[in-house]
Amino acid sequence: MTKIMKLCKVVKPGIFTTVQDLGRHGYQRYGVPTSGAMDSFAFVTANLLVGNEPADAGLEITLVGPELTLLDDTQIAITGANLSPTINGCPVAQWQTLQVCKTDVLSFGRLKSGCRTYLAVRGGIAVPIVMNSRSTYIYGKFGGFQGRQLRTGDIIKAYDSPTSKSRLIMPSRLIPQYASELTVEVVSGPQLTYFTQLGIETFFSSSYAATPEFDRIGYRLDGPEIEKGNLSAMISDAVPVGAVQVPSNGKPIVVMRDAQTTGGYPKIAIVTTPCVSRLGQVKPNDRVKFSEISLSNAQKRLIEYGAALSQIKRNLVELA
Amino acid sequence: MDQEIKHLPVGDKALLVEFGNSINLQINQKVRNLDSLISQSALEGILECVPTYCSLLIYYDPLRISFDQLVSQLRDLEERMSEVNFPGPETVIEVPVIYGGEYGPDLDSLARYHNLLEEEVIQLHSGKKYTVFMIGFIAGFPYLGEVDDRIVTPRLATPRLRVPAGSVGIADRQTGIYPFESPGGWRIIGRTRIRLFDSGKSPPSLMKPGDIVTFRPIGEEEFELDSK
Repeated sequence: MTKIMKLCKVVKPGIFTTVQDLGRHGYQRYGVPTSGAMDSFAFVTANLLVGNEPADAGLEITLVGPELTLLDDTQIAITGANLSPTINGCPVAQWQTLQVCKTDVLSFGRLKSGCRTYLAVRGGIAVPIVMNSRSTYIYGKFGGFQGRQLRTGDIIKAYDSPTSKSRLIMPSRLIPQYASELTVEVVSGPQLTYFTQLGIETFFSSSYAATPEFDRIGYRLDGPEIEKGNLSAMISDAVPVGAVQVPSNGKPIVVMRDAQTTGGYPKIAIVTTPCVSRLGQVKPNDRVKFSEISLSNAQKRLIEYGAALSQIKRNLVELA
Repeated sequence: MDQEIKHLPVGDKALLVEFGNSINLQINQKVRNLDSLISQSALEGILECVPTYCSLLIYYDPLRISFDQLVSQLRDLEERMSEVNFPGPETVIEVPVIYGGEYGPDLDSLARYHNLLEEEVIQLHSGKKYTVFMIGFIAGFPYLGEVDDRIVTPRLATPRLRVPAGSVGIADRQTGIYPFESPGGWRIIGRTRIRLFDSGKSPPSLMKPGDIVTFRPIGEEEFELDSK
């Protein structure tokens, strides 16, 4: 059995901080969404920077960071959205291994880019495995830290892992920039016939703004209405992560990792797997455009993305 | 007449097999048959299948199997479907329900909508065997069908922000049970203490597509007893 240590005490929880890993797979038939880190690229990188496996559990921090008091010496890494992290009030760098000591205070400041910050700790966050995953599923109240977001006073634990002297950094050319305007690639959806030609053109030629409804379930976007035809209501079917659904108001909703597994809104398109991760860094008022690619090109990108994830480790550079 | 089976890409790693576009047992049976054939035949590169009313969503790994290869393998399985004898439903689950009052806030209005007495609605709802068409929406939520024509009722115009766990509802021809407290637009006619989802169990969901479900009206005493 791996030993478990007390990692930190939550002084302030931030607005929405949860334990996540790379998701809970194989249970959608029971109505259980996959959950998992919204931005898997930043999440995996954080883990690799502290010598963890890609899928070890870490913290996902949203827009406003927590304040944590360390209860032991260890190594951490912070990736994803730039939330101006500090240790004992001194700014520290993201995308590299950080040595931290017992009683250090880790806190966050102003959001400079992106939406979600990842905090990995050497050994990984210690929470029980529920259905093959440590990810929090808020609506089912299970997984992660007691099935909920972190609160003031929580004591977070980690698996004890022998300390390493080695410190790593992600080369700056490989650090993603989270511009507030982006184009995501999509494959056209299975219910295209529910939309008029005009509706489809509107969708692909318009820019949509992220609204304040942007949680782990999905992004409600605002912009030109997508026209639907006269087909009657569709029968609910399975909804994958990345599906762009169009409810009766004609404004698209992009389904994310905690979404319900079935639904009855027609899907005009499905965002590709790599672009779903990038969408995880979209915040309210960012603008999104959709660009169609063929299935074969989408699958090429998916395979390249998998390769890129497995390359990260080799690309990390030892800090002097 | 056999409707044509459609195979559609859904994003970069899923394929939808569509057997039709209506809610009926025959189509749903085909969905379940293909689902069980796939799990028996251990097709290469299949990650996960999600059966719904009239379609099966298949997640696959494009590194291990291409879309076209998968379609052709599925066609083989679909042809075999008519030759295979699938076992009938084995599991019958009885759900004790306390109808009306604070537990079923929409029973009264639903009865009036149909010019029925509350007792008649209860009788019609509990007097039928339902089939689980799919599990979806939230963890462990069963979509059961179909309710008697006389109590088919549309969803609420404005969904409730909080529907208590265990609530039994009607939406159009379907009836269902909320495993967790959640927002919801189904018309709530009663409540059960039965536990529909347990993340510690395997499988975690009490019900699965194809199961038969019956409702048994109970009184306050038995309902309170069930909570112990």
